[in-house]
Amino acid sequence: MKLIFERSVKGRRTFQMPASTFPKRELPEALKRKTAPRLPEMSEVAISRHYTKLAKQAFGVNSGFYPLGSCTMKWNPRINEAVAALPGFARVHPLQPRDTVQGSHEVLNKAREVLCEITGMDDMTFQPAAGAHGEYVGLLLMKKYHEKRGDFQRTRVLIPDSAHGTNPASASMVGFTVTHIPSDENGCVNLDALKAALDDTVAGLMLTNPNTMGIFDPNILEITRLVHEAGGLNYYDGANLNAIMGWVRPGDMGFDVIHLNLHKTFSTPHGGGGPGAGPVGCKEILRPYLPQSHMGEWDSRRPDSVGQVRAFFGNFLVVARALTYALTLGKEGITRTSGMAVLNANYLMRKIEPYFPPYYNRICMHEFVISLEKVKKQSGVGALDVAKCLLDYGMHPPTMYFPLNVPEALMVEPTETENRETLDEAAQAFAEIFEAIKNDPDSLHDCPKTTYISRPDEVGAARNPIVRYQFD
Amino acid sequence: MGSYLPSTKAEQQEMLDTIGLKELRDLFVDVPREMLLEDSVNIAPGLSELGVRRVMEGMAKKNTVFDIVLRGAGSYDHHIPAIVGTVTSKEEFLTTYTPYQAEISQGVLQSIFEYQTMISELTGMDVSNASVYDGASAAAEAVMMTQTRGRERVYVAETAHPEVIETIRTYCWGRDVPFELIPQKGGVLDLSALEDLPKDTACVYIQQPNFFGQFEDAEKAAELAHAAGAKAVLGVYPIALGIMKTPGEMGYDIAVGEGQPLGIPMSWGGPYLGFMTAKKEMMRMLPGRIAGETVDKQGKRAYVLTLQAREQHIRREKASSNVCTNQALCAMTSAVYMAAMGPEGLREVAQLCYEGAHYFADELAKLKGFERVHEGEFFNEFLTKCPMDVIKFETEMAKRGILCGLPEDNNILWCVTEKLDKAAIDEIITIIKEVSGQ
Amino acid sequence: MNIPKNLKYAATHEWLQVDGDKVTIGITDFAQKELGDLVFINLPNVDDEVAVDEAFADVESVKAVSDIISPINGVIYEVNEALMDAPELINEDAYAAWIVKVKDVTGLENLLDADQYADLISKEG
Repeated sequence: MKLIFERSVKGRRTFQMPASTFPKRELPEALKRKTAPRLPEMSEVAISRHYTKLAKQAFGVNSGFYPLGSCTMKWNPRINEAVAALPGFARVHPLQPRDTVQGSHEVLNKAREVLCEITGMDDMTFQPAAGAHGEYVGLLLMKKYHEKRGDFQRTRVLIPDSAHGTNPASASMVGFTVTHIPSDENGCVNLDALKAALDDTVAGLMLTNPNTMGIFDPNILEITRLVHEAGGLNYYDGANLNAIMGWVRPGDMGFDVIHLNLHKTFSTPHGGGGPGAGPVGCKEILRPYLPQSHMGEWDSRRPDSVGQVRAFFGNFLVVARALTYALTLGKEGITRTSGMAVLNANYLMRKIEPYFPPYYNRICMHEFVISLEKVKKQSGVGALDVAKCLLDYGMHPPTMYFPLNVPEALMVEPTETENRETLDEAAQAFAEIFEAIKNDPDSLHDCPKTTYISRPDEVGAARNPIVRYQFD
Repeated sequence: MGSYLPSTKAEQQEMLDTIGLKELRDLFVDVPREMLLEDSVNIAPGLSELGVRRVMEGMAKKNTVFDIVLRGAGSYDHHIPAIVGTVTSKEEFLTTYTPYQAEISQGVLQSIFEYQTMISELTGMDVSNASVYDGASAAAEAVMMTQTRGRERVYVAETAHPEVIETIRTYCWGRDVPFELIPQKGGVLDLSALEDLPKDTACVYIQQPNFFGQFEDAEKAAELAHAAGAKAVLGVYPIALGIMKTPGEMGYDIAVGEGQPLGIPMSWGGPYLGFMTAKKEMMRMLPGRIAGETVDKQGKRAYVLTLQAREQHIRREKASSNVCTNQALCAMTSAVYMAAMGPEGLREVAQLCYEGAHYFADELAKLKGFERVHEGEFFNEFLTKCPMDVIKFETEMAKRGILCGLPEDNNILWCVTEKLDKAAIDEIITIIKEVSGQ
Repeated sequence: MNIPKNLKYAATHEWLQVDGDKVTIGITDFAQKELGDLVFINLPNVDDEVAVDEAFADVESVKAVSDIISPINGVIYEVNEALMDAPELINEDAYAAWIVKVKDVTGLENLLDADQYADLISKEG
């Protein structure tokens, strides 16, 4: 496949500006660029065909089953896109006078009302542009809270060993150190280890519930109570909210601050890795510290704010899409959506069980984890091989090698928007791979065989990084 | 009403039977009973597609869409070629996730690789990442890239965009990094403040053109930073780079900026695109995703996410940034925009912005009370006085369908893009005369 | 498993060549095999101090990063810059691809000899 630069021909044009009607004027020589950028020179049809070819080598939710654990690759309803494209939303300047953007304010206010109700929080900021950005804001709120109380020694944050890598990375960004809490034999927080880690240097706990093993921690009330008693705050990583929305609320579990991934739970498209949105909800005690311009205007009544984490008010068009979705589901739709997400996961888990048993054999939430550790010892076929083999079945593989505390992990999240036939077909693919492992394990190392490229040389890419086109 | 669930109630029951349960509620066995909601949350009943469209359109209609926008200040009303939207709305691009599985993601990976190349060419820098959230967070991440042991202090231009300054300030507070402002004099930086920088200086952050549209002596600023052994970081307006000297040509170590002007609608502030480019030596300090070229088992050219050991999912608390996703679709938008414009188109746009803004400034200067506040060269934004109450002026202009420049105290920060030709500006001048009673 | 008799070892899989109060440090053949293909090394600077049980460098494979822990105290006086461009030298010959040389060394008391290290890895492996 040619690069766009290899299709460029000097002098070709797509877009031409009208001739200038102004008096001629030149930038002073000292301020002028000396060499033109080597951007592609192409006709419109060539651009269109180039990207059409690229699209054929991409795999979206429209292409097939996408059970990528922890990412909630549900269907992205097309009405959301139509709403985001409305000129009233798309063609509005962020610094317009307030009386000319009443509709935008209504979107944020309505989204705050609905999302606070779903999560059990008192207020929300839409500034954060992604889940990790939301974690960062949530931790800044915690830092500010403790500093305002003179608790400057509270700089430790407790994070389970099954957590997303963003949790410890975000903690470092606010100057916190990380204490890892091991999981118990059920994949939940080890209460003894938690108790042992708690003291007056703890800023708080970061938890995903259901956790990355797809298990709802039944001790959640005791966990959050223990942290509160030790003077810490409880942070809820909303990555897995799709399992529980409408059934139980993080606010009722004892969490003080949460982030949501609107691009997971609330159906906004992932776009190849963004843009998403990571609004942060909080309880009353943290409200004074929210970012200044979190609700569509600079709020000078917020002297204790943690400040801005980006310009303007957040990924507004993503919020507009998420609101469209939430209003569409409504009260009944929201419980049935999460209920079906959980049912689909349990159904698929039991269908796969004869071949690849779940790592924790119990009712799971919206996702489940299998471990290829034993299979790998016996046959040499690991999680990577199975994942690559699934590519040949026209489905996106599950998340590989995560969570880190499960060896040779595959993490499967089917989502509620898949039908039973799709789940049955996926189970059949796992069954056939299981047979292949028994009969000819070595053949799996050559998978995938039907994709545009075979396995790429990642070691070579990292040792000698080529990160841009090499012009002659 | 709408729920996007394919399963019928009958199928739902059969699936429950398969796993030996009676109802959906049985799946939530681990949830303590006292917190399990009896009857969902308290929100309105769902809507049909038609119903929700009505509601959302109602909100959109409460916003005013201005046909004439003379306001920039971090968000710009440039023309977007029609091809841009048709490419980026392709379902495969819209609905895919981060390209972890390279074998089925070559299209996305290659598009990121192409974006990295184009943005490096535009800035004249060696390397680029796959993008971050927006220009302000890109600036903050860039400042964090320069942190080394013993060198932490950060100097930020007072003439940078106020929200960029605030974002850098927040990131510095988070990591306990000392933060200093470089003062301004007459709308540009007073560079004497950068002479004899302390030994613990990590970097100097400058914006070109600055918040007031003025050109800084950016070359000099970089020299002073380097003389103190610190890194030089430049925030740039990508459209200006169609004609403006690049950060690469001026010796900057890192160049960042807001990519929104490259084909992304104003969208009331987001989603936008933070681009980050650097000299080769700083490549491994870049946060976020980077696409790289390699070969597959058969030796065929291929693309992967590379240098991943820098990133949070591997380095965890030792990672220098927590960025995971980029703004892939916005990055692709800007790439299609740059391809559609080409080097010549981009030069023309920049030239039109520059000439149009100067024509407008000259015409304004002929009126009473709209003199420029600053002297010196500017690109397409400039600050003038206002002969009447600035908010009243703004309101009156809005009534006539014009979003005027941004009120700054009692001054106005104007912006002209290629969307306005001479005839349009002449008409605007007539309206301004009328509004200001001239 | 290649474990030269003339070297000292640490439980964190570094080898040490002791020469008076100067020491050369690298990672063992066992360690490089466990880590897999190395793609990058973060090296310290000359004159940096190292201390027992503290990381002074890290090595990256494609999907992992691992600290290199100092088994001793001292001051770095030479760094193997060649590894910057070619971390694979460690995969090719872990005992030739030294990482740092350290002077003014203390804390040599608790190092393992080749037999003790062989014992240790037979349990881990």
